[in-house]
Amino acid sequence: MTVTAEAVVDLGPAQAAAPLGHLEALESEAIYILREAAAQFERPILLFSGGKDSAVILHLALKGFAPGTPPFTLLHVDTGYNYPEVLEFRDSTAEAAGMRLEVRSVEDSIAQGRVVLSRPDESRNAHQSVTLLDAIEDLAADACIGGARRDEEKARAKERVFSHRDAFGGWDPRRQRPELWALYHGAIAPGEHMRVFPISDWTEADVWRYIARERIALPPLYFAHQRDVVERNGRLIPAHPLISLKDGEAPETRSVRFRTVGDITCTCPVESEAATPEDILAETLAAETSERGATRLDDAASEAAMERRKTAGYF
Amino acid sequence: MNKTPQYDGRDLLRLTTAGSVDDGKSTLIGRLLADTGALSSDQLASLAAQAVQSGQEHIDLAQITDGLSAEREQGITIDVAYRYFATPGRSYILADVPGHEQYTRNMVTGASKATAALLLVDGRSGMTRQTRRHACIAALLGIEDVVFAVNKMDLVDFSQDAFAAAEAEIVGFTARLGFRTRHVVPVSAKQGDNVVHAGRAMDWYPGPPLLDVLDGLPASAGVAQGPFRMAIQMALRPQTSDTHDFRGLMGRVQQGSVSIGDRVAILPGGRESTVTGILGPGGLPINAAEAGRSVILTLADNIDAGRGSLIAAAEDRPRETRTLTAALCWLDDRPQDPRANYLLRASTRTVAARIALPESRLDVDTLDTTPGGDKLAANDIGTVEIRLQDDVACDAYAACKATGAFIVIDPRTNATVAAGMIDHGI
Repeated sequence: MTVTAEAVVDLGPAQAAAPLGHLEALESEAIYILREAAAQFERPILLFSGGKDSAVILHLALKGFAPGTPPFTLLHVDTGYNYPEVLEFRDSTAEAAGMRLEVRSVEDSIAQGRVVLSRPDESRNAHQSVTLLDAIEDLAADACIGGARRDEEKARAKERVFSHRDAFGGWDPRRQRPELWALYHGAIAPGEHMRVFPISDWTEADVWRYIARERIALPPLYFAHQRDVVERNGRLIPAHPLISLKDGEAPETRSVRFRTVGDITCTCPVESEAATPEDILAETLAAETSERGATRLDDAASEAAMERRKTAGYF
Repeated sequence: MNKTPQYDGRDLLRLTTAGSVDDGKSTLIGRLLADTGALSSDQLASLAAQAVQSGQEHIDLAQITDGLSAEREQGITIDVAYRYFATPGRSYILADVPGHEQYTRNMVTGASKATAALLLVDGRSGMTRQTRRHACIAALLGIEDVVFAVNKMDLVDFSQDAFAAAEAEIVGFTARLGFRTRHVVPVSAKQGDNVVHAGRAMDWYPGPPLLDVLDGLPASAGVAQGPFRMAIQMALRPQTSDTHDFRGLMGRVQQGSVSIGDRVAILPGGRESTVTGILGPGGLPINAAEAGRSVILTLADNIDAGRGSLIAAAEDRPRETRTLTAALCWLDDRPQDPRANYLLRASTRTVAARIALPESRLDVDTLDTTPGGDKLAANDIGTVEIRLQDDVACDAYAACKATGAFIVIDPRTNATVAAGMIDHGI
C-alpha cells in the first residue's frame, strides 16, 4: 500500500477464502447456465457440429447432468462441405453421449428452394441461418444452446448469455434484455426462441486449457498433420476439389492444423507442429492472430459482417 | 507472457468499468488490452486500416472496444460489452459500461456481475456528475473494491498538483460510500503511462501502475462468505437401471460452503434434512463444496423439493416473507405501474408481485434521499414496498448478494423492467 493506494479496511489472511481457480469457476458457471436452460425451456437443443467449442459444450453438459443424461437434443446444421473426419467424430461422440442427434442440411434447403445461391460456388456458410431457423421451427425448439464466445468478435462482445430471438429469428442488439447477477430470464412469446451461450466468458486459451485438462476428444484436423495447401493473401488455402485454384497457384505439402473446422470452403488451416492440446495451448498463448481472423474467409469480408449476419439469425 | 501450458493456477477477477463520455475510457481499455498482449496482429492491422481510412496518424485504441456499427457512427458506446485480458496470475472479465447518462441501467447491469470497479476521471476536470453517479451505483450494488484512474495526465503536463486535487475530491466523495478498498492512480491511457507500465513522466507518483493495483485486489470467485445458501435449479432423477433410487438437487453454491452431514433447511416451508452426498461436476463424489461450485446434493429425507426452493444452513436461515422492502432500480422505458401484476424472480423462484409507489428516492449525484413522489421511471432508484403472491426465502442484499437480489419482469412483454436489492438502505 502506498499513500495514494489507501486500504479502507485491512484484509487479513483469514478473510481471503481459497477461491475457485479460474477454469473451475468458468466450468461451474457454464454448468449453471446449461441447467438454467434445461429448467426454463421445454425443448432446448444443443448445436453440435463436432467442432471444438461444441465438443466443450457437450462435455460440460455431460458433466453437469451426470449421473443423468443432458435433456438436450443435439442438432447439426450441415453445409454439405464438412470434412468427413469431423462428421465421423460428430456421429460417434453423439452416440457415446447417448443423446439424439438431428442433422439438417443446407443441401436440402437448396433442393427445397429455401436457399438460393447467387452462384454455384458461393460459400454456404451464411445460408446456414435459413436451415437453422427451419430446424428450430420443425423441432419446436424454444432454446438453442451454442458455443459462441464474446472474445471472438466485436458484435458478440455485447451479446447476452440468454440472447433473445424474435419470431423471425432476428437479434436486436439495441433492445436486449438487461442481464443482472446470475438471474438468466428465459421467458419468451410463442414463436420466439432463446439462444444460450454457456461459454460466453471463455477465451480461446481457456477453451484449450479446458480441453487439455479434461482430455476432451476432438477431430484429428485440430492437430498438426501434413496437408496440401496454397498460400493466398497471407492465408493458407487447403487444396480441395471444392476450392478452385487461381492461375499460378501450386499446392505444396505443409504441416498444418485447423483452429476451427467449419465449412471447407471458408475455413483455412494455420502452419503448426502442435500435436497435443498442450502444444496448441502454448501456441495460442503466443498467437499473434486471433482465431476468426486467421481462418475465416467470410469475416474478413467486412467489419460489420458478423453483426449483419447475427441480426438475420446466424449463430 | 507465460508460455508454459497451465490449466489453472490463476484466479479470476470480475471487474466493471465506467466513465463519462469524454474521459477516455475506451482508450484506457484499449491500452490495457494492447499492453497485456490481448490484441492480435490482425486486430491491430484492422485498426491500422481504419486509421488510414479516416486520415489519422496513430491507431485509435478506442476503436478496439466500439463494437456495433451504430456506435461507430455515433462515436458512443450503447451497451455493456465484455472484454478479456490476463496477467500471469489472473484472468480478467471486464464489463465495459457506457458513460451516457440515459444508460445508467447498464451500470447497474455491469456492477451486478462484478466485485471490483474501475472508474475513470478526467485529470483536467475532476469528478463529473456521471462519475459520482457511477461510484454511487457501484457502492449500491455492493462492489467492494474501487479503483479510480485519473486519466489524461498528459494534458495537464503530468502535474502532481492536478492529480492531488482530483484525488482529494475522490477521497472526499467516496468516504461515505463504504468501499472495502479504494485506490487512485494517475494515468495517461493515450501514451500508456502508469497503465501497464510505470510512467517516467510521473516519477513523483510512488505507487504501482494500474494493472498492478488490479492484480492486488481480492479475487471474485468463491469469496461469498457466510451461511450456506443454494437455490435449487432442478431435481435430477436419472431413472436408469443403476441409478433408479437416485434423487439429486442441482444447483450452484451461492454462499458459504456445504459438507456431508450438514443440517440444512428447505425453504419456503422450512423442512430440515441432512446432506448425505455431494456430487461435483461429472457426478464425482466430494466431501464439501464452496461458493461458486456447481453440485448435486442428496438428502437423507425424501423431501419434495425442486426448482424455486432454496437450501440453507439449518441454523442460520434466510427469512420467508410475502412482503419486501427493497432498493429498486427501474430499467424499462415504460415507467412503473403500481396497479400492474409483475413477476419477481429471486434466485430460481418466480412469484407474482405488486410494487407500491416509492417511499423515497436516491439522488445519485448528491447521495441524498428525497421524498418518494411519482412512479419510478427508467434510471430512477427508489425504496419500495413489494407485496408477493407467495412466500419467498430471502436475505438482505448486504448479507448475501445472491439471495438478496431480484429482477422484476413484466409478464405482458417479458421485459426485465427493474433490478432490486432487498432491505438495502439508500
